[in-house]
Amino acid sequence: MTSPFTELERAGGSGAESAQAAALGSGTPSRGRVLRVLRRDVGAMLALSYIVLIILMAVFAPLIVSVSGWGPLEFDQSAIDPNLGGVPLGPWGGISSTHWFGVEPGSGRDVFARIVYGARVSMTIALAATTLTTLLGVTFGLLAGYFGGRTDQLISRVMDFLMAFPALIFMIAVLSALPAGNRSTLLVVVISVFGWPYLARIVRGQAMSTAQREFVEAARASGASGTAIVFREILPNLRSTIIVMVTLAVPGYIGTEAGLSFLGVGVIPPQPSWGQMIASSVTWYSVDPMYFAIPGLFLFLLVMSFTVLGDRVRAVIDSGEAR
Amino acid sequence: MNGPAQNLLEVSDLTVSFPTATGHTDVVSHLDLTLEKGGALGIVGESGSGKSLTSLAIMGLLPGKARRSGSIRFAGDELTTMSESALRRVRGDRIAMIFQDPLSSLNPYYTVGAQIQEAYRSHRKGVSRRQARQVSIEAMERVHIKDAARRVDDYPHQFSGGMRQRVMIAMALSTEPELLIADEPTTALDVTVQAQILELLEEIRRETGSGLILITHDLAVVSEITDHIVVMRYGECVERGPVEAVFSDPQHAYTRDLLDAVPRIDDDIAALRTPGRAGEAT
Amino acid sequence: MARYLVNRVAAMAGILLLVCLFTYAVFFLFSPDPAVQICGKTCTPERIDQIRDNLGLDQPFWSQFLTFLKGIFVGRSYGDGVSAVQCSAPCLGYSFQSSQPVTDMMLQRLPVSATVAIGAAVLWLLGGVSAGLLSAVREGTWVDKTLTGLTLGGMSIPNYVLALVLQYVLVVRLQWLPFPQAVPFSDDPVQWFLNFVMPWIVLAVGYAAAYTRLTRANVIDTLQENFLRTARAKGLAPRLVWRRHALRPALTPVVTVFGMDFAGLLGGALITETVFGLNGVGKLAADSIAKNDQPVIMGVTLLAAFFVVIGNVVVDLVYTVIDPRVRVGT
Repeated sequence: MTSPFTELERAGGSGAESAQAAALGSGTPSRGRVLRVLRRDVGAMLALSYIVLIILMAVFAPLIVSVSGWGPLEFDQSAIDPNLGGVPLGPWGGISSTHWFGVEPGSGRDVFARIVYGARVSMTIALAATTLTTLLGVTFGLLAGYFGGRTDQLISRVMDFLMAFPALIFMIAVLSALPAGNRSTLLVVVISVFGWPYLARIVRGQAMSTAQREFVEAARASGASGTAIVFREILPNLRSTIIVMVTLAVPGYIGTEAGLSFLGVGVIPPQPSWGQMIASSVTWYSVDPMYFAIPGLFLFLLVMSFTVLGDRVRAVIDSGEAR
Repeated sequence: MNGPAQNLLEVSDLTVSFPTATGHTDVVSHLDLTLEKGGALGIVGESGSGKSLTSLAIMGLLPGKARRSGSIRFAGDELTTMSESALRRVRGDRIAMIFQDPLSSLNPYYTVGAQIQEAYRSHRKGVSRRQARQVSIEAMERVHIKDAARRVDDYPHQFSGGMRQRVMIAMALSTEPELLIADEPTTALDVTVQAQILELLEEIRRETGSGLILITHDLAVVSEITDHIVVMRYGECVERGPVEAVFSDPQHAYTRDLLDAVPRIDDDIAALRTPGRAGEAT
Repeated sequence: MARYLVNRVAAMAGILLLVCLFTYAVFFLFSPDPAVQICGKTCTPERIDQIRDNLGLDQPFWSQFLTFLKGIFVGRSYGDGVSAVQCSAPCLGYSFQSSQPVTDMMLQRLPVSATVAIGAAVLWLLGGVSAGLLSAVREGTWVDKTLTGLTLGGMSIPNYVLALVLQYVLVVRLQWLPFPQAVPFSDDPVQWFLNFVMPWIVLAVGYAAAYTRLTRANVIDTLQENFLRTARAKGLAPRLVWRRHALRPALTPVVTVFGMDFAGLLGGALITETVFGLNGVGKLAADSIAKNDQPVIMGVTLLAAFFVVIGNVVVDLVYTVIDPRVRVGT
């Protein structure tokens, strides 16, 4: 799939990439301004509210579930029809006052509780992967972009190598080959290993063009060390790019985790994950489409919210610099 | 001079305005300009004085949001009432324009020859490719680009800044326009190259008898090759006249400030250091 | 120019070698003992040892890897004596579970993956670029805003979700499309074609969204360029201005992005093929992972990496042709 950062890499050629990168990195509008403009943007606010909702869901999962009555792992045989192979009783997949989103066909587990706990999985893994990817990507991108020469060559080769891998195949293969323990950490690691080069590539381009600007020259002339320059002069200028990259990366990783769970190599059942719920809904969707629709909708809306938010943030930052 | 022959360009009461949050702002305000056949007019002003917009207004190339009023007569034809297709026949053929930054003003994907020929073939129907190519080579030779027959197939990025501007001029000349408008043609160039380009413009004006409008913020540039100048400020003309007269005896305070801001080689050093003089660095 | 090519090919070979080594090592370390797998249910420790010896599985890692590499270039054989299996070049491994060389298995399935890729590519290029152009030309209008909203949606929907939704709506509910059935082209071309319609759409949607945004942004930027102003000042006909001075610079970067995307897709669209039951390389990968057929997984990984790396080089070369500023050795 196209790298989520294709738009940040829009360029008319190799030379224009650093020009574009410089344009992206110059003159970040203040955080106050960005927030103010965003607050007035309906789309961004809706997206943000949904994201906050899901985060709250994830954080307070045990509390919420104690209110709604059913845990994610409990079976409720009374809600399904054993004669029809476990189809939920009642319309809309068994929605009732006790099961707010209905029940899972076959097992009778509460869909609401599983959605709430699934939110946990999606958010933690995506956010952890994003954090790790950002750390790796920014660090290596800065090093390669600023120091150039051998460092750059080495890091770039590694990046080329990682980007040549068919990541999905490899991730599935590795995950299925490894033992079951600590699957979440493994997911985060695997996703991050293949994800950081795309960020690093952009950071590298920007670091390279920022490094040529006068204030860096000035810092160097006044005796600042390489690391100091990298972290005090160059990194702040990349702030807006990094913010945009982070918000665009999260939906990608949410999708990746869900995809891996869909294919059966994500978190181990019975731990719920939206992707895995969608996978098990496949056999049932002609009789119980709700079981597919609900996690599908939650997943889609979450990815879309992050994408919209990232898009709006980028629009604000871009327009700020055009002034 | 101004005999029975009509003027090449007569601009009367030109006003250009843009919509703003609170209504409209005039960026060019009731401007009058006259240019005789073969004359050279300089439009001088700082950034934001409206001088570039004036040239775009004459060409009919203002952005969509702009509103223009007034009269622009070119060799007797009223440009403001012409249809767009009629205007397209004038642009690039009878009035040609060159811009400030030749690197970004040329399409990097096509050879300079192709870009010169493009204009020529657009305005001369039925011209063969070979003929057009020949014309482009000749145009490049006229602007003193060496080895033109080979360089005609080079791309813009393969030329130096000064050469690129020559290419722009060649492109403008290829259709033998009656009027050449040069918008800050030397601003992006080195000083030594500036002089060459100005010389070239002067030479062409002499040879072809075409009119020249030179737009710049640089008084030194204007003094070299123009006969008349118009000083603009905030969209208005504050002073006009023959260039020597305006330079030696400026009537308007702004003109005086502009002139004073140019350090002269025979100025008293102590006087230059006096605080309060316009345009001085401390 | 020749030197540049040589450099690039060498770099490409280097990366492929590394990918090979890395993949081989990972599977070597993490996969269950292939001897046990081959041995099957009725197994004795002696038999396992015999198999191991036969297939050279007791050799050190490097020796095994080199044999593997040798197989890619000149072919190799598995085992000794009567029961030896020949695997001709390029030998990417041998699947004992299916009793076939991996290369053959992949080549059989490549046409399906290629069909999926090509059909989707046509859809997303035509759709994405046109939508992007329309959006750019009508920037700020409701057309633009609607399209932007749609692209955000298209980018966000996971393709398996879309696949299932489409299948539910088009096949189960509206019955516009028949349920996908695997038929060879010669038997029933119409059904064969219809089988691909939904996969094409599902795959194309995500890419089309991205391409719409890319094209839109590029066109809007290009329209601000100074050379557009020059073109208009020369009095060129609008169509000429549009074609030579707007489209050409704006769409050139899209071509390179497309090259990379298409190359990546040739390695098999795993999820889409699995969901629709298409027998392509992607589905082969998924099935092999489920069966733990290690040689096939290796082969598929290498094939996909190969396409990506080649795609990279091709794109670079194409770029030197279409963008004069990037020419080498002028």
